[in-house]
Amino acid sequence: MRYLPLTQTDRQAMLGFIGAKSIDDLFVDVPAEAQLDGPIHGLPNHASEMAVERHFSNLARQNMSASHHPFFLGCGAYKHHVPASVDHIIQRGEFLTAYTPYQPEIAQGTLQMLFEFQTQVARLFGCDVANASMYDGSTACWEAIGMAGRITKRTKAVLSSGLHPHYVSVAKTMAKYTGDTLDTAFPELSAETDSARLLAAIDGETSCVVVQYPDILGRIEDLSAIAAKAHEHSALLIAVVTEPVALGAIKAPGEMGADIVVGEGQSIGVGLQFGGPYVGLFACKEKFVRQMPGRLCGETVDAEGKRGFVLTLSTREQHIRREKATSNICTNSGLCALAFSVHMTLLGEKGLRGLASLNHALAVRAADRLTQIPGVELINDSFFNEFTLRLPKEARPVVRALADRKILGGVSLGRLYPGVNALENGLVVAVTEVATAEDIEAFAAALQEILA
Amino acid sequence: MSRYYTEDHEWIDVDGETATVGITDYAQSQLGDIVFAEVPATGATLKKGGDAAVVESVKAASDVYAPVSGVVTEGNDALEGDPALVNSDPEGEGWFFKLTLSDTSELDTLMDAAAYKAFVDGL
Amino acid sequence: MNAINQSGWKPEMVGEGRHDVKTYTGNKALMLEEPLIFEIGNNSTTGVDLAVSPKVISRLGNLERHRDIALPGLSEPEAVRHYTRLSRQNYAIDLGFFPLGSCTMKHNPRLNEKVARMAGFADVHPMQPIETVQGALAVINELAVWLIELTGMHGVAMTPKAGAHGELCGILCIKAALEARGDKRSVILVPESAHGTNPATAAFAGFSVENIPATSEGRVDLAALKSRLGPDVAGVMITNPNTCGLFERDMKAISDAVHAAGGYVYCDGANFNAIVGRVRPGDLGIDAMHINLHKTFSTPHGGGGPGSGPVVLSEALSPFGPLPFTERHADGHFSLVEEETAGERHPHSFGRMTAFHGQMGMFTRALSYIMSHGADGLRQVAEDAVLNANYILRSLEDVLDAPFAHSGPCMHEALFSDDGMAEGFSTLDIAKGLIDEGYHPMTVYFPLVVHGAMLVEPTETESKATLDQFIGALRSVAERAKAGDPLLKSAPHHAPRRRLDETQAARKPILVWREPEQAVAAE
Repeated sequence: MRYLPLTQTDRQAMLGFIGAKSIDDLFVDVPAEAQLDGPIHGLPNHASEMAVERHFSNLARQNMSASHHPFFLGCGAYKHHVPASVDHIIQRGEFLTAYTPYQPEIAQGTLQMLFEFQTQVARLFGCDVANASMYDGSTACWEAIGMAGRITKRTKAVLSSGLHPHYVSVAKTMAKYTGDTLDTAFPELSAETDSARLLAAIDGETSCVVVQYPDILGRIEDLSAIAAKAHEHSALLIAVVTEPVALGAIKAPGEMGADIVVGEGQSIGVGLQFGGPYVGLFACKEKFVRQMPGRLCGETVDAEGKRGFVLTLSTREQHIRREKATSNICTNSGLCALAFSVHMTLLGEKGLRGLASLNHALAVRAADRLTQIPGVELINDSFFNEFTLRLPKEARPVVRALADRKILGGVSLGRLYPGVNALENGLVVAVTEVATAEDIEAFAAALQEILA
Repeated sequence: MSRYYTEDHEWIDVDGETATVGITDYAQSQLGDIVFAEVPATGATLKKGGDAAVVESVKAASDVYAPVSGVVTEGNDALEGDPALVNSDPEGEGWFFKLTLSDTSELDTLMDAAAYKAFVDGL
Repeated sequence: MNAINQSGWKPEMVGEGRHDVKTYTGNKALMLEEPLIFEIGNNSTTGVDLAVSPKVISRLGNLERHRDIALPGLSEPEAVRHYTRLSRQNYAIDLGFFPLGSCTMKHNPRLNEKVARMAGFADVHPMQPIETVQGALAVINELAVWLIELTGMHGVAMTPKAGAHGELCGILCIKAALEARGDKRSVILVPESAHGTNPATAAFAGFSVENIPATSEGRVDLAALKSRLGPDVAGVMITNPNTCGLFERDMKAISDAVHAAGGYVYCDGANFNAIVGRVRPGDLGIDAMHINLHKTFSTPHGGGGPGSGPVVLSEALSPFGPLPFTERHADGHFSLVEEETAGERHPHSFGRMTAFHGQMGMFTRALSYIMSHGADGLRQVAEDAVLNANYILRSLEDVLDAPFAHSGPCMHEALFSDDGMAEGFSTLDIAKGLIDEGYHPMTVYFPLVVHGAMLVEPTETESKATLDQFIGALRSVAERAKAGDPLLKSAPHHAPRRRLDETQAARKPILVWREPEQAVAAE
């Protein structure tokens, strides 16, 4: 077996040294009735590298990949071009096959990278500090709600109707067990967000208000008024960013008064991967740092006075605090954080601004083109690289018909909000730098044909 | 004024109805370098034996319990900026909080200096 | 004899203290210092070339960013060098032996990386129409079948993102099952040797946590557990093999007792590598167990994630598992059960734990690993992992205190304590000494039930020669600790950094880089 270095001779020698007659002697603590007498029946035995690769190639071919077709899906996961050097660096064994940096003297590579990542995220979000990453955007969002509860000692969270419905679902799952109450609503196919509802709902019982920016329909709004009202009642504003590239073009939530900003970092450096692994981003004001979940990397010096980095404030974490921990999280998403950070370093200020500008311009072009189709209306007054169309008929079968024509044409609101009839004609379309003019034209032509 | 000790290594200086609480020199030596201390808010009602404050070293977090019941009149804000005070002067400048006692008879269950020394020597 | 010196020049070590030789750069040949990107990059450098943006009228709702973000950029050669230099300051499995107990640092096959990167998996959006992702759903389903068969369980929840997330999934299933029968049990029992995530998870789900003591043999005290069971106990969380590296012989009796008292059994599957293919947790009465794909099934740890923590479930708990999940139909096609169809297909689900379908990129890697080994190879994995650990235990028990060695063989990890070290020397010094010897240290100070614990998990992907050299090195370091060698107290001496000041880091946390004070302007 190619992954097992011990030879039969080694095994015999080692058993002899231990004083065991056979390997079974080392499993004596397992009751006989629980021991299997051989490989589990009905399962295949070992396979060659070639055979395994062939199996996966066959399965991979059954999927329509974003790189081979005109592609316009977003809603929390975005297709951006990732420079080749990003994937090269994350495959270096010293990053790929390292563990959580518990021995800082021999983990400065990971630690310095995390320190750089934390700084990049904090700056991008307009916050003072950021952690070393979470599982994904949806779990980061819930952790932020939990953190707001710890800070305010209140349990009512008000969620914008523009928050990704899967993020709402995750929060609802958790809230059931923690006793928090969530004030939620479905969005409307309108240029107006529900900020009036949020402003009206904030009161002295409110722990936090949660607003996605840009929201699930692609709308962008100024968060300052919500922040002001929240602060007036000593509640916190949590902003959720599912497309961080947007922040190369629009103001950071921290600049508008958000106390905690969380996000999904997939769109920078991490592939679509059918939903995971992704990387949760988590930033906040400095005064809340001890209430933050997740790992934190901090700067210090070594015994010779040289700058170095360590995991710090770990007394917040489960391995020390056990049942009093701020979160039960153990791993973060280190390698995805590395991919994010490398891509961000390659972009830099200039590249991120340029990328954002390109995304927006292509999205504007696409929106203009698609709304030329009779019966297709644009919902948004404002958007970044994602907008919502109202089709003259239910969007879900339209998306399937587009797929039959080898076009991956957006996410139907019927899929995201099953059973909500008012939303069933909605189609959310994301346009990034990977969409060519031909892709947009092919999409428009096919959509026109299907709607005719 | 008299000083009492608990088996959880808190000390308490009592002056009539008011008292000051901290952790003992033995406690700080066991914890190592203190990096953070959280003291109770003024007005908080504490119950004897209940959680009152938190003290953290690099690798451990410990609860400081209320030696007696009472209402907090002041937390030591200096610890926020300089938690090392708990190491350098645990039974002086490194105090945690002051409180008004609600039941002075609870003091009867605590140790005096000699009893605490004997207790620590036996550990 | 040394290798033949072809240059004819005879190298000689001249003088002592060669480590004190200062260099202009601070570098030491291949050990290179690397500044932060904020110190070498700037706002106008970029490592990407973009197409020119078409001119359009902005529709950003008057929220255009005006302020700089202050994100330094590097050109591609600078970026590649920056990260390559950083990478060389990391220890990793690819470099050497990494016996970090309970973390299962085994070789990460590169085939797994290759298949995960196939465009049909890596470049597929989670919300694509189901008809366009049948191959991806097939991978999830195939892995699910393997996990169910290997554990002898009834169902599996694939979405949890890591071990601790899987624990939460299992505990929420227990909570939902109790609620479904109107039972208000509120206590979860956790052995004192448990990993910290166990009590943290139970507390997060609103349970109160009570410890159960261990016996002097390092196993759960069955009598103490039984005496605590009652109508308020929702369940137990037990790690098996446990964190002392021992199999819980009474596991079936524990399960039976907990079930008889109306509770459920959660098993932390972090140590499944020791028994895969030899023991099925389902045969021991387990109701839920998470499987760390990044441990047993060799998906890379990546410097701390991403992980993946599918949870296998008993028949009693399966109805309560999270959304979404895949379903295979008789005609061979797959569907996804999400909120839309949950009402008819899976009405008792406790809900969604994450935005999408779990760690697909880890599923492809784990399935590739599992297929490579097959049923026969996986059994060999467990046997070799256990053999390697026992070999280490018996090779070192004369020099290091092994508190449970007398009670029989260990499973996949060997546990030692710091008993017998010279005054002032501890486990930490041994760990740092091993760094100088070129190893990643074992897990230290865990489990908490042993003083100065050292938990050595060799895994099955190490050769006998590697083990023999490590045994020699650990023996040497242990003897130095017993003799009180002061140079060990200041180890490591050869790593990129000496011991780091964690107190300063925690007292005045510096978590992001800030521009140095602008005082230089006056100069």
